[in-house]
Amino acid sequence: MPKRELLLGDEALALGALHAGLSGVFAYPGTPSTEITEYIQGHPLAAERNVHRTWSTNEKTAMEEALGMSFVGKRALVCMKHVGLNVAADAFVNSGMTGAHGGLVVVVADDPSMHSSQNEQDSRFYGQFALIPTFEPSTQQETYDMIQEAFDLSERYQIPVLMRLTTRMAHSRAVVEVREPKAENPLSYPQKARQWVLMPGNSRLRYKELIADNERLELEAAESRFNHYAEGGDKRLGIIASGIAYNYLMENYPDGCPYPVLKISQYPLPKELVRRLAAECHELLVIEEGQPFIEQAIRGVLPEPLKIRGRMSGELPRTGELTPDSVRAALGLAPHRAHAASQIVVPRPPALCQGCGHRDMYTALTEVVREFPNGKVFSDIGCYTLGWLAPFHAIDTCVDMGASITMAIGAAHAGQHPSVAVIGDSTFTHSGMTGLLDAVNEGANITVVISDNLTTGMTGGQDSAGTGRLEQICAGIGVDPAHIRVVVPLPKNREEMKRIIREEIAYKGVSVIIPRRECIQTAKRHAAARNKK
Amino acid sequence: MKKDIILSGVGGQGILSIATVIGRAALAEGLQIKQAEVHGMSQRGGDVQSHLRISSSEIRSDLIPRGGADLIVSLEPMEALRYLPWLSAEGWVVTNTVPFVNIPNYPDEKALDAELHALPHVVLLDADALAREAASPRSANMALLGATAPLLDIAAERLEEGIRAIFARKGDAVVEANLAAFRAGYETAKKQTAR
Ligand SMILES: Cc1ncc(C[n+]2csc(CCOP(=O)(O)OP(=O)(O)O)c2C)c(N)n1
Ligand code: SF4
Repeated sequence: MPKRELLLGDEALALGALHAGLSGVFAYPGTPSTEITEYIQGHPLAAERNVHRTWSTNEKTAMEEALGMSFVGKRALVCMKHVGLNVAADAFVNSGMTGAHGGLVVVVADDPSMHSSQNEQDSRFYGQFALIPTFEPSTQQETYDMIQEAFDLSERYQIPVLMRLTTRMAHSRAVVEVREPKAENPLSYPQKARQWVLMPGNSRLRYKELIADNERLELEAAESRFNHYAEGGDKRLGIIASGIAYNYLMENYPDGCPYPVLKISQYPLPKELVRRLAAECHELLVIEEGQPFIEQAIRGVLPEPLKIRGRMSGELPRTGELTPDSVRAALGLAPHRAHAASQIVVPRPPALCQGCGHRDMYTALTEVVREFPNGKVFSDIGCYTLGWLAPFHAIDTCVDMGASITMAIGAAHAGQHPSVAVIGDSTFTHSGMTGLLDAVNEGANITVVISDNLTTGMTGGQDSAGTGRLEQICAGIGVDPAHIRVVVPLPKNREEMKRIIREEIAYKGVSVIIPRRECIQTAKRHAAARNKK
Repeated sequence: MKKDIILSGVGGQGILSIATVIGRAALAEGLQIKQAEVHGMSQRGGDVQSHLRISSSEIRSDLIPRGGADLIVSLEPMEALRYLPWLSAEGWVVTNTVPFVNIPNYPDEKALDAELHALPHVVLLDADALAREAASPRSANMALLGATAPLLDIAAERLEEGIRAIFARKGDAVVEANLAAFRAGYETAKKQTAR
C-alpha cells in the first residue's frame, strides 16, 4: 500500500522535490512559502543526501545560486513569496534566456487577500512575461505529483519552470500518497553553452528559440494531465477554473457540475481548449485565484464574441481571495442558510509581543522624535512594522524590503530633519546594505536604527544572515565607528537610549544605532531546543 | 461521515495542536482530511482560525462554506462568536469561557455570556481551570479537545493515541497531564451534550 501522509501544500511540494532527486533548495523566508524550505531542512533524506538547504540572504541571491546548481546539471528549487519575485526578477527573467540544465523550479507563493503581504500581485504574469512555463496546483496531491513533472519538463525543454501556489494551497493540509525517492542527477554541463553568456549576439539567437519553445510548451499544456476538459450537458455556461479555484467550483456541485468545465493548472494557457469551450457554450465564467490573468487574456479589448464573466465583470469580487461562497454567488446558486453574525464581536489586530525589544526601541525613539516639530520615521518590513499601530504610532512609511534607509536618504536630500530609518536585522542584510552604502557615499544626514533581534522574527524565527557582524558590516560600508552605537532595548535603559538617539540625530551625517536583544519567541525556541539535548 | 469544524482562538493559544491531534486520529481511521491553517502576521496576538474538514468521501474546498460548519471549537469566547456565520443551523459551539483581553474595546463580558447561552447547541467550559486541576495549566487546548470529543464521531481512544504521539517527546509526565486535561474536558461535555 502506498504511504499516506498528512501534509501542508508547502510540505507536499517540499517532499515531492526531495523525492524528485533535489540537490538544493535556495530561499529567503516569506509567508506563505517559508514552510517549504523548513520542511526540507527538517527532513532526514535531505540530511542523508546533504541537500543544500540553508537560507539565502535574499530572493535574488537564492535564484542565482539555484541557477548555478542547474548549470552543472543538478536539480534545484527556489522558494519565495510573491513580492520576493520582484527582488529576484532580474535573475528570473534572464533565466528564461539562459535556460536551465539540471531541472530548475521556482516556487512562488502568492497571497491574495494580503494576509501577510503588501500587495496581491499574481506571479502568473511573471511566467508569461519571461516566457517560462507555469504550474498552478489545485490539491496537495497534485502539488506533490506536479513538482516532479515540473523538474522533468524543465530538463526536457532546458528551461526553468515557475510553480505558483496561493496562501490556501500553501497552508492547507490534506492526505497525500507518496512514492519512493529518485536518485540525484550527476554533475554534467549544458550542451548549448552559448546561451549561458547573454551577450547581445547570443541573446538575439536564444530569444527566437525561447519564443518557438513557448509555442511548443503551449501544446504540452493542451495535452497535460493537469489541464482537463470535462463535458457537461448544460451548454448555457462554460466554466474555466484554475488552480485552487477549481475546488470552490466543485464544492458547489457535490454531484458533478452540469456545465462543461475546463480546469487549468498548466500554462501557457492552451488557447485551443479555450476556443473549444467557447465554441460549445453560450457564455463563459472564469474562476481564478488572484488577478484576472486568464480572464484578461481571453477578454482582450475588441468586442467579445460571447459574454465572459469573472472578476473583471464583477460577478466575482475584483480583489481578495475567492471562497466557496463567492464562487457560489457567481454560479447563481442560492446562499446556504447561516447564523446571523454577532453584533458584539470586535476586530483583534496582531500586535508586537509583550516584552519584545522593538517595543522598547519604539518607546524611546518616538519620545525623542516628538521633540521635533516634523520628525519622520521611514520604516521597513518585519514585526517592527506593527509599530505603526497603537500605542506607538511610531512610523510613517513601510513599502518594500530596504526602502527605509533609501527613502530616508531621499527625504534628507530634500531637507527633511530628522530623517530616521528603522529596519530589522534580516531586512538590513536582505536589501538595506546597498542603501547604507549610498548614504555613506552621498553624505546623507540620516539616522538608521537597525533593530536587531538576532532573527527573522516575522516569518517565525529563521536565522538572520548578518547575526554577530552588523557593526563590522556597517563599519566596512564606511559608517564612522564613533557613530555606530549599540544599546540594549529594555525599559531600564530608556533614558540612555533616548540620550544616544538624540546625540545621533544631532550628528550631521550617517549614524547607525543598533538596539540588540533576542526576539523572545526565538529565545523560547532556542531554550526549548537546548533543554531537549 | 462528514465533520466540518472551525477552530478559533487568539494567536499563540494553541489551536493548531488541537487540529494536529484530530488530523492524526482521522488519518488513522482512513478518513479524508483538509485543514486550512493561518500562519504569519495574524499569529502575533491577533485572531486566528483554522478550517478542519473530515469526511469519508472526497473533500473539495479547503475552506468551509458559510452555514456549513458542524462545530465551532474555540479557545476564547468572543472568537467563538466571530465565526457564527459559518455555523450550520444544527451546529454546535464548544468554547472556553475565559476571555483573552488584549484589546481596549473588548466587549462586555455579560453580553458575551448572554449570547453564548442563547445558542441552541453549546458546550461551555472553563478550559483553563480544568487544565489547572489536571496539573497542566498549558493544556487548556487539550481540555477543549476533550470537550469536543463526544461530538466528533471519532473514538476518544483514537484521540488519546494522537495526544500520546504529539507529546511523546516531552516525556510521560507531560503526556499524562495532557490526557488528564483531555478527560476532564470530555466529562464536562458529556454532561452538557446529554440533554
Ligand atoms: C521581498 C520580500 N521578501 C520577504 C518578505 C517577507 N518578510 C516580511 S518581514 C520579513 C523578515 C523581517 O525580519 P527582520 O528584518 O529581522 O525583522 P523582525 O521581523 O525580526 O522584526 C520577511 C522575510 C517580504 N515582505 N518581502
Ligand atoms: S515574534 Fe519576536 S520580534 Fe516579533 S513581535 Fe514577537 S518578540 Fe518581537
